[in-house]
Amino acid sequence: MRTLINIELYKIFKRPRTYIAFAAITALIVLIQFGLKIDGQTYVDFMLNDIGSTLEIDGNVLNGYLVCYIMLQLLLVHVPLLIALIAADMISGEANMGTLRILLSKPYSRTSFMLAKFIASTIYTLLLLVWLAFLALFVSMWVFGTDDMFLMKSSYVVLLKENDVFWRYIGAFLFASLAMTTVAALGFFLSVFAENSIGPIVATMSVIIFLTILSTMNIPVFNTIKPYLFTTHMISWKEFFDIQVTESNEAILGSIQNKDRILHSAIVLIIHIIVFVSAAIVVFKKKDILS
Amino acid sequence: MQSIIQVKGLTKSFKNLTAVKDLSFTVHEGDVYGFLGQNGAGKSTTIRMLLTLIEPTAGSIELFGMPLHTHRTEILRQIGAVIEKPDVYKYLSAIDNLRIFARLSGLKPTDQQLMQQLEMVGLAERAKDIVKTFSQGMKQRLGIAVALIHDPKLIILDEPTNGLDPQGIADIRNLIRHLSRDLNKTILVSSHLLNEIEQIATRVLIIDKGTKLVEGAAAELFDPAQTLVELETLNNDAALIQLQQSKWSANLQPRRTGTLLIKLHRNQIPDLHKDLAGMQIPVLSMQPRHSLEDYFLQVTSAQHAHTH
Repeated sequence: MRTLINIELYKIFKRPRTYIAFAAITALIVLIQFGLKIDGQTYVDFMLNDIGSTLEIDGNVLNGYLVCYIMLQLLLVHVPLLIALIAADMISGEANMGTLRILLSKPYSRTSFMLAKFIASTIYTLLLLVWLAFLALFVSMWVFGTDDMFLMKSSYVVLLKENDVFWRYIGAFLFASLAMTTVAALGFFLSVFAENSIGPIVATMSVIIFLTILSTMNIPVFNTIKPYLFTTHMISWKEFFDIQVTESNEAILGSIQNKDRILHSAIVLIIHIIVFVSAAIVVFKKKDILS
Repeated sequence: MQSIIQVKGLTKSFKNLTAVKDLSFTVHEGDVYGFLGQNGAGKSTTIRMLLTLIEPTAGSIELFGMPLHTHRTEILRQIGAVIEKPDVYKYLSAIDNLRIFARLSGLKPTDQQLMQQLEMVGLAERAKDIVKTFSQGMKQRLGIAVALIHDPKLIILDEPTNGLDPQGIADIRNLIRHLSRDLNKTILVSSHLLNEIEQIATRVLIIDKGTKLVEGAAAELFDPAQTLVELETLNNDAALIQLQQSKWSANLQPRRTGTLLIKLHRNQIPDLHKDLAGMQIPVLSMQPRHSLEDYFLQVTSAQHAHTH
């Protein structure tokens, strides 16, 4: 199995297409950081427009922590496309190249092949998120400095102490890894049905867009299915930035407002990963290789 | 002699098509087994079933004396195959491709060993070049190097000369001879070209529409006494009259096109040449016909005659 995973990783990182995702993330983050560095104060003024007259805020509001949060909100919607580029190509790409028949005539079981391919695409996903974390968090901390983190929620504001933020990002990135692995599992599953890469990549993105719309629309008829959609749970990383308060409305350091929600979302995502990967293996084991 | 492949009653049906129907054959150790059939006859489907890429609808397959469905891993370890096109990873170099497939076969070859393998197929000088830049013939040779990297006992080559120029075809033919004679490999080679198989195979199976037409030793099937010569002259009708009045009248075959067909022993071809010159028949071309279509026509018409 280890040999298979190493070979799959070797193939992934020898393909120029793999680096498109890393380059795209780098370009986007650098662009946002540049924009905020040049004209960040205008952005902060706009953000604080509503509460500026009732609340006096001093210190470095536009610090690295806030910049990272802004970027995660923007990028975690688009990263699935970059993951689909590789995950949805794992089987269909081999079928398209004609290498699938050589691979499957080697002395390994189809289940081993599938698991190795999924593990390799998961490693790629995690590396992409590590790169995202490095640029969005660490570079932003270096460029914009650190301070308390001030967040505007829909009906309230959250102020996180500087020394109470970093671990939340670790949690948020771990959760985002789970969410993006779910995307990889979906792309992987869809790649079993096609003999070209474009179909599964487009299908993966279409499913995510469709389900995200269902998850965000507040129409009662859809509310019953929302808890079962993985897209509903993909954004639960934000829960790490909601803090518990005492009865006198004082923040409790190191606390999370809704831990159960994070746990519940993580379980739903893990179930989706298991279902997608298992279904992919079952379908693939019965498939006649005609490519 | 040990049987390497034993297929019994093999059938594969897709939705609206039975690609292989009740096919049985045996390949013995050391055979160069020619698997002949026209495009769409069911050769590739059969080969894919031998390699577990396609699940048979019915029938049994044994390789090296073991049932394929219960000893898949053990069996595949002893097989090297090029299936239809020799597709490898186009964004990798030849040596990287070879390394990957060696690792998949459980080997950790050194660069020197990989280079030796590439040298055998004449690709050592292009070892580090990306496969995308290779010609079809070079890809074919790399595909064969990949199939041979783990020193398999059985080599399966599906249409190995497809898309190759005459030199490439000759190279593949020589390589197959070398593998069989010098390295004692058992080889199953499929083709739709009769004359290709005729030159290398020791035993032959011919299939059509998924069913077996004939199986046997190549020397018996390709009987030199049944050679069909196609003759084209300046005036075929006049030549026909002259030949009907000569000793060759009994050898004349019904014409399907404008040319003349003469069935004779291969050794008689020089005599025919001489007689045509003697009769002052202006010959434009004269060549033995080797197309599979002709052979099929012979086999099937013989079968029909037998039936009626």
